[in-house]
Amino acid sequence: MKEPNAAFPPNLRYSKEHEWVRVEGSVGIVGITHYAQSELGDVVFVDLPEKGRALTAGQELGTIESVKAVSEVYAPLSGEVLEANESLRDHPEKVNADPYGEGWLIRLKVADTSELEKLLTAEGYQSHVEEGGH
Amino acid sequence: MRYIPSGPGDRKKLLQALGLDRADQLFDSIPKAYRLQRPLDLPPSQAEADLMTHFRELSRKTLDPHDSAVFLGGGAYRHFIPAVVDHLISRAEFYSSYTPYQPEFSQGTLQSIFEFQTLICQLTGLEAANASLYDGASALAEGILLAHRVKRRRRVVVAGCVHPDYLRVARTLTETLGVEIVEAGALEDGAASLKAVEKVLTADVAAVVVQQPNFLGRLEDVAPLAEAAHRAGALCLVVVNEAVSLGLLKAPGAAGADVALGEAQSFGIPVSYGGPYLGFMAVRSEFVRELPGRLVGQARDAQGRTGYVLTLATREQHIRRERATSNICTNQGLCMLAASLFMATLGKEGMRELAVQNRARAEYAKALLSRTPGCRALFSGPSFNEFVLQVPGDATRIHRKLLEKQIVAGLPLAENFPDRKKELLICVTETNSRAQIDRFARELGREL
Repeated sequence: MKEPNAAFPPNLRYSKEHEWVRVEGSVGIVGITHYAQSELGDVVFVDLPEKGRALTAGQELGTIESVKAVSEVYAPLSGEVLEANESLRDHPEKVNADPYGEGWLIRLKVADTSELEKLLTAEGYQSHVEEGGH
Repeated sequence: MRYIPSGPGDRKKLLQALGLDRADQLFDSIPKAYRLQRPLDLPPSQAEADLMTHFRELSRKTLDPHDSAVFLGGGAYRHFIPAVVDHLISRAEFYSSYTPYQPEFSQGTLQSIFEFQTLICQLTGLEAANASLYDGASALAEGILLAHRVKRRRRVVVAGCVHPDYLRVARTLTETLGVEIVEAGALEDGAASLKAVEKVLTADVAAVVVQQPNFLGRLEDVAPLAEAAHRAGALCLVVVNEAVSLGLLKAPGAAGADVALGEAQSFGIPVSYGGPYLGFMAVRSEFVRELPGRLVGQARDAQGRTGYVLTLATREQHIRRERATSNICTNQGLCMLAASLFMATLGKEGMRELAVQNRARAEYAKALLSRTPGCRALFSGPSFNEFVLQVPGDATRIHRKLLEKQIVAGLPLAENFPDRKKELLICVTETNSRAQIDRFARELGREL
């Protein structure tokens, strides 16, 4: 990743619910955005799906618990879960420290790459956040 | 919190602020067809002295358990309550306060909840317990909902004989979510049949539920059922009706249960028609975030002193609204305190001794009643303080006859199981003296 700490990396696609996805071949890597982690505050627990679960775009994939609230995370793309980031079990703070890098949530086998077109670009997502993010 | 009644002047001001003329306009959003169009059908008010007389007359119609021999269990158990329990829970600091919404302000309340959780964990052999639930039946519903959330599977298998009321409540609370509760049915000598359970243990089963001791009083072999559940990728839920049994039996956690839940009324709460009761639930630590309701944790303050906090409150409905882990956002504060005091008063040895006495008296009664001509203990396998007695003839009629002699001859099982017409579920606790048991056997012999 070129700019792991920048707020809106250009090589990602974004959902209005503040998830990002990076597609490499048929694999999508999913996380929550810098904006999302800063709004949540200190993350204390991440509940992720088991390997093999089939997700459809927009479906809840898990929850992130911060000191303030528990929030749902939604799948930006449809696909089957290949792997969940197990290291978050012991180090949930990675979601805050490095949301686009070590704080990734799941890797999934993308079912339909054309769904990417429905997601926001970095520019589109940035204006979405600047308009209030809702 | 003070209760300050409003007068006509206050009500007028409130209505003015709302722009209304009459209070019943507040209910306009409810369709008229669903509103009562007449005053409530209640008798006129009475003077306090007249009311006291009225209730004294009513109480004379009920059987005083202290003047009679009560062998009734089936989910509610009579046990001796040390005076210290009622004395302490009657203190105004405890008696009048609700579960706190500014919880850390009430360190004493939180500490008592923490101790309750600790004692429940020790008794169940599990790692995390909540601050209590309404009753055993709703605890079962919450346990099933937990398994449904964790496993994302819609069926639940009931092994052996679980309290029929618990199953009714669990069905009511879970059916709209699409949960299907399947009873494995077949019993072997009154206990769960592993074969029958395995037959219905398909890949869409979230949990196997087993009651220990079961509703018919039989002890269950929990470990093989738990293993079968785990092999099928399901959780094992152990239901406890008679919490005193935990003083003697292998802890559910040690037998493989993922969740132990049930009723703790036996711990210092008198038997009253309709309650209150005290549900409890304990889980393996991996499910701690799935525990419904309140949870108190021990913490340290900035100066290193021990303190207590409500923990994982982000799961609860006052924060997470409709996405909350459960709709329970409270606990049975006073009953929970009574149970904690009861357990602390008896201590580890006392809890064991109480359980041993219950079992010994029930065994004495089982042997004696089985010698009554025509009667027999229906099952040969082990039981705790309840057992099924088969009588020659209609059990409900015999029960009624003995009632005239101030003997409550257990629970006629036909109430819940129409085929069990000749069966009485007999419960014997430490409150039943040997003389009472002997009189029961004598009078039973005369009635047959």
